[in-house]
Amino acid sequence: MTEKIRNWSKRNSDIAALPFILIAVIVIMTAATSGKFLSKGNLSALSSQLPELGLLSLAMMVVIITNGINLSIISSANLVSVLMAIFMTRTITAETSTGMIWLIVLAAILLGIIISIILGAINGGLIAYIGLPPMLATLGTMLLYEGITLTITKGFVISGMPDIFVEYSYAKILGVPLPLLTMILALIVVGIILERRPFGKYLYLIGSSETVTRFSAIDTKKTIVKAYVMSGILAGIAGMVMLSRFNSANARSGSSLQLLTILISVLGGTDPNGGFGKVLGLTMSLLILQFITSGLNLLGVTQFITLALWGILLIAVIAYRRFTEHKHSS
Amino acid sequence: MERIKHSLSTSSAFLVYLLIIMIAVFTAINPNFFSAENFLTILRSSSYSGIFAIGFLFVLLSGGLDVSFASIATIGQYVTGTILIQIPGMPWPIVVIVPLIVGVLLGSFNAFMIHKLNAPPLIITIAVQNILFGVLQFITKGHWLYNFPKWFNQFPLTLVVSTTNANGVKYGLSVLTVIWFAVALIAAFILNRTIYGRRLYAMGGNVEAARRAGINILKYRIFAYGFLGFCSGLAGLVHTMVTQTVAPNTLVGNEFYTIAAVVLGGASIFGGSGSVFGTVLGVIIMAVLTNALTIMRVPAYWHQAFLGAILIGSMAVTAANSRRAMKKG
Repeated sequence: MTEKIRNWSKRNSDIAALPFILIAVIVIMTAATSGKFLSKGNLSALSSQLPELGLLSLAMMVVIITNGINLSIISSANLVSVLMAIFMTRTITAETSTGMIWLIVLAAILLGIIISIILGAINGGLIAYIGLPPMLATLGTMLLYEGITLTITKGFVISGMPDIFVEYSYAKILGVPLPLLTMILALIVVGIILERRPFGKYLYLIGSSETVTRFSAIDTKKTIVKAYVMSGILAGIAGMVMLSRFNSANARSGSSLQLLTILISVLGGTDPNGGFGKVLGLTMSLLILQFITSGLNLLGVTQFITLALWGILLIAVIAYRRFTEHKHSS
Repeated sequence: MERIKHSLSTSSAFLVYLLIIMIAVFTAINPNFFSAENFLTILRSSSYSGIFAIGFLFVLLSGGLDVSFASIATIGQYVTGTILIQIPGMPWPIVVIVPLIVGVLLGSFNAFMIHKLNAPPLIITIAVQNILFGVLQFITKGHWLYNFPKWFNQFPLTLVVSTTNANGVKYGLSVLTVIWFAVALIAAFILNRTIYGRRLYAMGGNVEAARRAGINILKYRIFAYGFLGFCSGLAGLVHTMVTQTVAPNTLVGNEFYTIAAVVLGGASIFGGSGSVFGTVLGVIIMAVLTNALTIMRVPAYWHQAFLGAILIGSMAVTAANSRRAMKKG
């Protein structure tokens, strides 16, 4: 057994160090805030912010694995949540019966998923079939999706979701909040797809070398479109979670999360040049970064310094990986 | 004759046709659009984005990408603004040179990190953008700078060539537009007539081939990103002259306007091809479009959706062109 663990950590040296960092962060933050960090209030605040960040980071990771990137995840999430919000607020009136409201909410979720698939397919199509570099294609769609959302909302906030939809973010099963359960489910499903399904293997292959993969009789174009659709769906679910938690939607929410999702993926062992990345690593780096954010927040550090810190951390992690990689190869 | 025929079929010629058609259409919709005064105003107010675009062209040509230039420009603006306010008697050459030096240093540092860490330029420059912006917001606490010395207020109002309109108001070619065009001429000279420019094209076409041909990749990356830094410092200075205020978030967040203009100007998104003339045209087309949308009272919310659609459309066209060229061999 120990032999097995040792072998695994040798092969996944990027991920193996993360549990220790996680424990260190918890200890340091608890000591620095003299215990406030582990208080019940802080922990529940933590678990309410975690799901959307986790879902968005997953959306980022699945395309970074293919040596791509998706800069449009946050604008996709906002477009999905705005359209759902409009659909629900327009169709539900004071006289609508409870049963009907349930149906409308379910229809809204279905609508959200369909829009997510379309937005993701546009990204994937531009990249795979038109041949645009992922960063420029998704930069364009980021502007386009955000522009459409702005045009629809005229810059206003849409609020007043039905109660049962808002209830989702408070409800618990066995003491676990539903959004957190949604994220855990998404982590497991994506993990299984990446580790156990042929589609997952193709993603890694494309990330390592697209040409070789294409010559191995794999339809790389279709696979890339599917990867961006998957990224779109995860972003869309994140949008729904945010819509429920804030009880409102607008064009510009969550724009500061962009850098954080890239940082979480890279810190979790995803190679920014594609071909490597695991859900387990992502989960741990997600926890590490959320704990640091929350701790810094308790210590009264301003959000701008935190932002700068994330940038420095991202470069430091890439530099560290690069340095150790040199040592391994020589 | 052969030469004229060739130049009429290039992508720059396509942009000229596009510009003429756009101007004709907008004038038909609103006759106020077509006046020398309006065009000169457009050229003056887009001079800083024009300078940004020329710098960005160099990085794109080298096969790179940079989204941190707006925050570099903002850092330069705050340094300049602070000097102007704290030491009003400071001789102007120093005020002008400092943001340029800041830009070159930060730009070169970007190139150095991208090269040494072998990471995608986008990821590194997103990180740098956030570091610079975060530190800037923390130090300045979001405060604006204004009340600059008199010479700084007067200089940008200088007209190189001028005339008066029907109401007796003076208008003409702004000195800021001249600065933009001067940068464009210098850039065109570097790209077409010097070994630095030619090697930049070679590197963008195929980095590995350029490396094997003995080109020092790090040196040329520093050259490209450093030049973008230089242009960012200058564009920030010009922007400060236009608006007479320095704020942390007027330039940051609008990087994509520049990127769209350069790509629209026909520069290949894969590096290795593009021209200064095309880039200048790209900026003018973007500015004319924005100006026309404003004159036609299209709500501002629509602008961004337009911008995104244009960016995607022009990239799709260049991608299709380069694929066709590849098939031809």
